[in-house]
Amino acid sequence: MDMQKLYLLVPLAPLLGAMIAGLFCRVIPRWVAHTAAISGVAIAFITSVVIFNDVAAGNTFNGPVYQWLTSGDYTFEVGFMIDQLTVTMMLVVTFVSLMVHIYTIGYMQDDPGYNRFFSYIALFTFSMLMLVMSNNFMQLFFGWEAVGLVSYLLIGFWYTRPTATLANMKAFLVNRVGDFGFILGIGLVLAHFGSLDYKTVFEQAPDLAQATITLFPGFDWGTVSLMSATCILLFIGAMGKSAQVPLHVWLPDSMEGPTPISALIHAATMVTAGIFMVARMSPLFELSDTALSFVIIIGSITALFMGFLGVIQNDIKRVVAYSTLSQLGYMTVALGASAYSVAIFHLMTHAFFKALLFLAAGSVIIGMHHDQDIRNMGGLRKYMPITWITSLIGSLALIGTPFFSGFYSKDSIIEAVAVSHIFGSGFAYFSVMAGVFVTAFYSFRMYFLVFHGEERFGKAHEEHGHPVAAVHAKNDDHHAEVHDGDLDDEEVSPDHHHGLAPGQKPHETPWVVWLPLVMLAIPSVVIGYIAIEPMLYGGFFKDAISINAEAHPVMEELAHEFHGAFAMATHALSSPVFWLAFAGVAVSWFFYLKRPEIPTAIKAACGPIYTVLENKYYFDKFNEVVLAGGLRLLGRGLWKGGDVGVIDGLIVGGAVRLVGGISMLARFFQSGHIYHYAFTMIFGVCALLSFWLLRA
Amino acid sequence: MRPGLLVTIPLYTGFDATTPAMQFVELSPWIPRFNINYNLGVDGISMLFLILNSFITIVVVLAGWQVIDNKIAQYNAGFLIMSGLLNGIFASLDGMLFYVFFEASLIPLYLIIGVWGGPRRVYAAFKFFLFTLMGSLLFLISLIYLFVQSGGSFSILDWHQMPIAMVPQMWIFLAFLVAFAVKVPMWPVHTWLPDAHVEAPTGGSIVLAAIALKLGAYGFLRFSLPIAPDASHELSGLLVGLSLIAIVYIGLVALVQEDMKKLVAYSSIAHMGFVTLGFFMFSALGLEGALVQMVSHGFIAGAMFYCIGVMYDRVHSRQIVDYGGVVNTMPKFAAFFMLFAMANAGLPATSGFVGEFMVILAAVKYNFWVAFAAATTMIVGAAYTLWMYKRVVFGAVGNHHVADLKDINSREFLVLTLLAVGALGMGLYPQPFTEVMHSSVNELLRHIAVSKIL
Repeated sequence: MDMQKLYLLVPLAPLLGAMIAGLFCRVIPRWVAHTAAISGVAIAFITSVVIFNDVAAGNTFNGPVYQWLTSGDYTFEVGFMIDQLTVTMMLVVTFVSLMVHIYTIGYMQDDPGYNRFFSYIALFTFSMLMLVMSNNFMQLFFGWEAVGLVSYLLIGFWYTRPTATLANMKAFLVNRVGDFGFILGIGLVLAHFGSLDYKTVFEQAPDLAQATITLFPGFDWGTVSLMSATCILLFIGAMGKSAQVPLHVWLPDSMEGPTPISALIHAATMVTAGIFMVARMSPLFELSDTALSFVIIIGSITALFMGFLGVIQNDIKRVVAYSTLSQLGYMTVALGASAYSVAIFHLMTHAFFKALLFLAAGSVIIGMHHDQDIRNMGGLRKYMPITWITSLIGSLALIGTPFFSGFYSKDSIIEAVAVSHIFGSGFAYFSVMAGVFVTAFYSFRMYFLVFHGEERFGKAHEEHGHPVAAVHAKNDDHHAEVHDGDLDDEEVSPDHHHGLAPGQKPHETPWVVWLPLVMLAIPSVVIGYIAIEPMLYGGFFKDAISINAEAHPVMEELAHEFHGAFAMATHALSSPVFWLAFAGVAVSWFFYLKRPEIPTAIKAACGPIYTVLENKYYFDKFNEVVLAGGLRLLGRGLWKGGDVGVIDGLIVGGAVRLVGGISMLARFFQSGHIYHYAFTMIFGVCALLSFWLLRA
Repeated sequence: MRPGLLVTIPLYTGFDATTPAMQFVELSPWIPRFNINYNLGVDGISMLFLILNSFITIVVVLAGWQVIDNKIAQYNAGFLIMSGLLNGIFASLDGMLFYVFFEASLIPLYLIIGVWGGPRRVYAAFKFFLFTLMGSLLFLISLIYLFVQSGGSFSILDWHQMPIAMVPQMWIFLAFLVAFAVKVPMWPVHTWLPDAHVEAPTGGSIVLAAIALKLGAYGFLRFSLPIAPDASHELSGLLVGLSLIAIVYIGLVALVQEDMKKLVAYSSIAHMGFVTLGFFMFSALGLEGALVQMVSHGFIAGAMFYCIGVMYDRVHSRQIVDYGGVVNTMPKFAAFFMLFAMANAGLPATSGFVGEFMVILAAVKYNFWVAFAAATTMIVGAAYTLWMYKRVVFGAVGNHHVADLKDINSREFLVLTLLAVGALGMGLYPQPFTEVMHSSVNELLRHIAVSKIL
């Protein structure tokens, strides 16, 4: 009973903090807002630790909080399912969120929207907790959309910037495309299982494994497996939220938001909601090999091809963003290989080291006075030692250096794919192996360009080539515009591209900024070593994840080869994965520190490939021109052609003209002149008389 | 007027949700020669609309306060008459009484648009009047036919029980359809609505969207379905098709509107498409979802029109291009507008989600592709609402009109808060709204599942 009250406290404490900071954001001082939000999240974190211990002792929970709606035979409830999977997510979410809250005090200190920002991130924490703690699809969808809302609000946090308000709308709409599939998937669940409660649905799932639905009556291929259709539709939702190709386009643009939320929402937690959801639905996905193949193929495309894009980015946040996309692809691949616990394991380690990398990038941005272009950096290690070391730790974890957390999770994914026999696993194996090299290359490209080599800051920026310079120019235009029209020019973001003045040096950031870096660096190093054995092979997840071991014996085979965390790391030193990563680091060292002219030469030599990468495979262009443009054109056609032309013009207007015409005729006879009537009368009398006379 | 809402409270508290029968019945003879009675009563379907109507009337009066400076007494009188007539429609159990209320409700709205409206108010008022009048003439003929067939009764409940052969059922259904489709409005007889909204004063738009659009939908439940159940089943495909056209086609049309009121008017038509879709799938989830959508649309569309009115009062333009960066000068307003825009886009935790969610889920069971088409509103609905919001509210201050804007005053704050409580309350806890419907909806479904052909 007491535990149930604690469950409620976990989401409600951040909600209360968000309400205090948000509803009174214009009247309360800053310290009230951040104290309210941080205490809310801190309470949620501490409570989550207590619940974690309780669950680890074997006390899981599944029950309703209140009845949301009943209709027909259906009951929809708001309720919690507290099991091993949930508490893992709760700990990750509340811990990273707490770190980001503290960091925000430093990062946003000059921003006039300080209170509003705290309200949003606390609201995000509430929404994300509702999502992971849900025991039914309705509440899952609520959390799903609510985190989307907060993401929308935060990407557009600096609402006077046109790029930000475009990016947030894009993020919301692309996510809605995913949700479109998601809600149809939920609809199939309700229609065929008669409930949206996880437990009820999962219990019935094996009985419906062979069920089919007819989508195209009259065709043989029109009848498909219910489980495949449901799982693929649900996964489309995950593709939106977890930014899988082709619904990934919103994530790089989401970097328009302040850096703390890039770390919290667009790297560590929200974007992993799709991964969590598929893991939660493992009893359904296990019943459909088609869906698993779909998942693994989409995941491997994302893992590899988004990594390539990370190589050519020059904005420090965008490099990390593409790396996030690629890592989300890795998690998705693990899901497709039925290694759900490995996916969650990578989700956890990634949350720590990627939040670390983003916050470190933010620290660099502060140190550089809001210049985000890595070509203007270099040699920062002297000026920002804590940021330097923590970034190095984050990068080493990301590329999978043995003993670091990222090594354990990523290596497990690669091994899981290697032993998987699902259709598409061959391609996936190639992708994740190649991805190791690419990841190491772009991560250390960024690391070397930022922290090592020649000091390129404090100079005028003109010498730079096209894309980023163009962005600068655009922003500068906008800047001028803001000063022209805007009375409230404090609203100009602190994230604006200012850069260091000539001769100015970067500086280390205040403790509220570097403390979270250190706090995140610790788990980035050790969590893999500690957690791999219990999480993957110690049966930690128990019934929270269900695997059809006969059809997909991936985890058994991995367990067979696993001989402890230490042995795994030492063994890896002789494996190709390690040497691929090493090669990536070495090549980037050679290219960017040793012989900086080589990348330029390669760029020139590979013109067409470079153009394709520069344009991000033309996804954005296609969406803007074909989809958005096409729909607007269609809308305009229906409006001008259908509504104005046919309905109002032809039908309504035609009817009016018809009535008008008849009236005109009738009016002709009602001239009001007596002589007209007299003449007509005489004419009529004559006509009638002659008619009768002639007839006679 | 303000006691108006208070006297409706016992309707909810004293309502017996366990019975589908009519409650709070009043019956006294009106025109005995034709057996026409003043016969009122409510069931789980109509009760919520009486409360919603009284609630919206308060909002409308508050919305017009200090804003309307021309013939204030007549303006308020118009809305109070309107409110009474609308209550009459939802409570009538006598066909002729319903008809009188149904037609009479046109007059105050016609006058409100025609007197306090915008520059093209006369065109809009005429278009509105003629469209709706055209529909209701066929309705009158059907009522007289039913009167004759039933051996001299105008009681709607008698008609529910009366057996009718298939062919007359079809004719009756089609005549009802014309009358109600214009009111809903359904594609293709919807074109009066954007014009009427554009020219109507803010209060007129709120009543039109929040209550008047519900009359047609209510008519389907009170007349079409129970009186002609076999024809309803026979023609349900047509109605589902028209509903989907409303959702998809009108959604796309809304996307390209340049006038904010037109945009919200088109979005209203698309949302009403969910109502008619919910009705004609004949499932409890769909029907209750449709009813929830009707009430929810009252809050949200009313609020959207009010938000536009707040801006119009200051800038005197409804064109999207005349705005930009409103958030800089009206942050409190922008927060409310954001809430209602999200509700309009069907975000969970707002009432806009509940109805759409129920209808889409019911549609998956009915036919996957119907649900597929209906669910596109998830994307298109968000697109037109958020794109408008982005162009109007976000960005740097667009021009000196926006720079001079004053944020909402406490009266406007109150109105927006009332509507926000409605939209959020219904989204977070819809159970109290649906539990009063169950008996009546189940009885209706049971009734229309039985053939009336002898």
